[in-house]
Amino acid sequence: MNGLWPQIEPLLSRVSKPARYIGMEGGAQQPQHAPDKVAWLLAYPDTYEIGLPNQGLQILYEILNERPDAVAERTYAPWHDLEELLREHGIPLFSVDTHRSAADFDIFGFNLSAELTYTNLLNMVDLAGVPVRAADRTASHPLIAAGGHCTYNPEPLADFLDLVVLGDGEEVVAEITEVVGGWKADGRRLGDRTGVLRALAQVEGVYVPSMYRPVYSGVDLVGIETCSREVPELVEKRTIADLADFPYPKQQLVPLTEVVHDRLNVEVFRGCTRGCRFCQAGMITRPVRERPAEQVRSMVADGLRRTGYDEVSLTSLSTADYSGIEALVTDIVDAAGDGPSITVALPSLRVDAFGVGIATQLQHARRAGLTFAPEAGTWRMRQVINKLIREEDLYSAVEAAFSNGWRRVKLYFLTGLPTETDEDTLGIAELARNCVEIGRAHTRNPSVTVSVGGFVPKPFTPFQWFGQNTVEELQRKINLLRDATRRMHGVQVKWHDPKATQVEGIMSRGDRRVGAVIETVWRNGGTFQEWNERFDLSLWLDAMAEHGLDPDWYTHRHRTETEVLPWDHLSAGLHKDFLWQDWRDALAEVGLPDCRWTPCYDCGACTGYSIEHIVASATPPAGGSQGTGQDLSSTWVPVSIRSAEDVPV
Amino acid sequence: MRIRLRYRKLGKVRFTSHRDVARCWERAFRTSGLPIASTEGFSPRPKMHFGLALSTSHESLGEYLDLDLLDPESDSVDLDALPAMLSGHLPDGIDIETVAVIDRSEPSLQEAVTSCTWQIEVPTLTIDQLRAAVDRLVASDTLPIVRERKGKPVSDDLRPGIVHLEVLDPTAVPADLAGPVLYAELATSPRSVRPSELMAVFDPPLIEGRVRRIRQLITENGATREPLPPGAPSMTLATAGVI
Repeated sequence: MNGLWPQIEPLLSRVSKPARYIGMEGGAQQPQHAPDKVAWLLAYPDTYEIGLPNQGLQILYEILNERPDAVAERTYAPWHDLEELLREHGIPLFSVDTHRSAADFDIFGFNLSAELTYTNLLNMVDLAGVPVRAADRTASHPLIAAGGHCTYNPEPLADFLDLVVLGDGEEVVAEITEVVGGWKADGRRLGDRTGVLRALAQVEGVYVPSMYRPVYSGVDLVGIETCSREVPELVEKRTIADLADFPYPKQQLVPLTEVVHDRLNVEVFRGCTRGCRFCQAGMITRPVRERPAEQVRSMVADGLRRTGYDEVSLTSLSTADYSGIEALVTDIVDAAGDGPSITVALPSLRVDAFGVGIATQLQHARRAGLTFAPEAGTWRMRQVINKLIREEDLYSAVEAAFSNGWRRVKLYFLTGLPTETDEDTLGIAELARNCVEIGRAHTRNPSVTVSVGGFVPKPFTPFQWFGQNTVEELQRKINLLRDATRRMHGVQVKWHDPKATQVEGIMSRGDRRVGAVIETVWRNGGTFQEWNERFDLSLWLDAMAEHGLDPDWYTHRHRTETEVLPWDHLSAGLHKDFLWQDWRDALAEVGLPDCRWTPCYDCGACTGYSIEHIVASATPPAGGSQGTGQDLSSTWVPVSIRSAEDVPV
Repeated sequence: MRIRLRYRKLGKVRFTSHRDVARCWERAFRTSGLPIASTEGFSPRPKMHFGLALSTSHESLGEYLDLDLLDPESDSVDLDALPAMLSGHLPDGIDIETVAVIDRSEPSLQEAVTSCTWQIEVPTLTIDQLRAAVDRLVASDTLPIVRERKGKPVSDDLRPGIVHLEVLDPTAVPADLAGPVLYAELATSPRSVRPSELMAVFDPPLIEGRVRRIRQLITENGATREPLPPGAPSMTLATAGVI
């Protein structure tokens, strides 16, 4: 079935990169729709190049299409040139698989990975011909759903979403399919939308925003009430107990046109217990669940054979921490044998010589650049954020990199962190300078690129109470760093626009009132806001003013322990008092070790759901000192299990 | 051993770029296990040599690719089975039609091809209007255009590059093309005329629908041939009667 294709085809020779809209990827499916099958349209609210590689959507695409009672197709945000033509010709948003109208699906589900894509979500719902506000939809419209890391604070989008999924999607999509399938079999009776939503709200991991009502006292949020006795007061996230049960994607999509991360991706573990306090991903995806090495090996071998890729990335939040990573990597390189040469990529290199050692084993050919993320410029600051990398670790990593033939090193830092002083900011310049010095011993023109991002506090992290730095303060720190490095030969500084950081902050911890702002920005043309050339801070500030909301109050204000947070009725498994204590420890500059190799400190992620870490090795990886505890002989690494020390905010 | 493939690019896949297609070929070599020679150096690439790039969204019945196979592994390659086998590893719409062994001294496709023939849909005109427009154009001695070269406007004459131009008789229009269709032979050497340039030189300019390359031609010493004739069996160009 070719659906809207005959109408779309004549437009495509008039738009940029038309291959974005044709589908046809290796592994793509042409599902057969039927009245007794629930039709899912899986969407990424950004361009095809960014959305296609999303592993979450690809996993669900396969799991749903394997079910006899479901079909799944995909769609991405059309670039504005095609959007204009679609609107001009009255053609709705379509799937790329069979070019079916988006409104003809039962569930239109978005992956939300970045706050700046929120306006694109509204735009795509509108392009589908569906009312953007959930309250305006009828039983004939698709259910608009969202999942992904941003949904741990879905409140800014609460008025636009019918349902939100918290946590791992592998199992819960089946339960949602069954509920919606029953509703569909029942004829999706008009007026019955509340019924299906109420049933969905009883599925564990599903949050139905319309069943909850925020309560304000003046400007303050003082509570979130349920509108029905049938819905849970606290919505818990979903966690799959064992990654080995889900060897997906089995048929990773191979796009015909170039996309980001254009290679085979194999997830080696999910979750991270390093405990970096700024890192939402590390907090919300606990516990650690490793994929068995045998399964990783077969997924790599099958994937390379099927896709024809010559590069595989072993993905996770910190791949060097995978038990037996060296043996795994050796196996993969050996298995490639005398066939075409295979590049193995580790997306998150650990900052020490061990990490570089693995990289050396992997990258026989291209030694252009290596990236490390020390995140902060001084040891004091790194203790605050619990990224326990000593300067020696970084220098040994950089020494190893340059001595093994790399010529460029990239260092990632955050600025605007809690308790950050100018000394911490200037520490970044100092580290960069020393790294260049180390490089000079090995290469004539060593290059160190410092990439600085403004810190945005995220829900369900110990820093969720912290008042984000203002645009002016972030810019001042960036300028300070720029001035300090101006005469440093070999050091380049790049930074993320602090204005975008502010908008991310508004939505990261915003409440339901921010929804009106998102809608206004969208109506005023503010789509693709994560694209530099399209981002416009004034659109956001004007919309905030129009709705009587104060950006300062949302982003720059420290929260107190007793304040009701907009996501308090949701749970990532983490105890709030654990997070609060970790926040106090941060201010006291006290680190917290990785619980994979030290006793449990009861964050809640395992105990609450009766699951546990699945780690193949009981001993921490060799080398490095990042909170693994293996280097505690070096007495001055101040890791303590719990500190009751009280420090004023 | 160097082989020359002739293939088609039709349907949805026409919206992929020349670069996209090159990457699809590379993956196809790996998934099919074809023993293809690689370049030396840090980033070895398969030794493949394309002819004239086809614009994104244009279709073609006559695309060519030269490949260097590893020797002696190439001895075990069944050239008769190669088109069907390798097409199975390429996206739908890219189909290899024929293959032949060529001599390494054979000039590259880019050097050898002197003109291409095209079918171009012109959906906005009636067939009579199009015939009149073509008559006017063909009667012109010169067709001055300004094109950009190295960022500077340069005056040029398109007329010598238009080797042949006619409106296809409606009975000759392929079933999957619609409306009046132009048939053009456009030179690729000494300088190339693109279908879009042809459309722009009409007065008023024409709007193209679907554009399909039909053949690539080599004219030398007054004789015209194709780099590889359609349906040629898998043999050398000499035994196929081409050279």
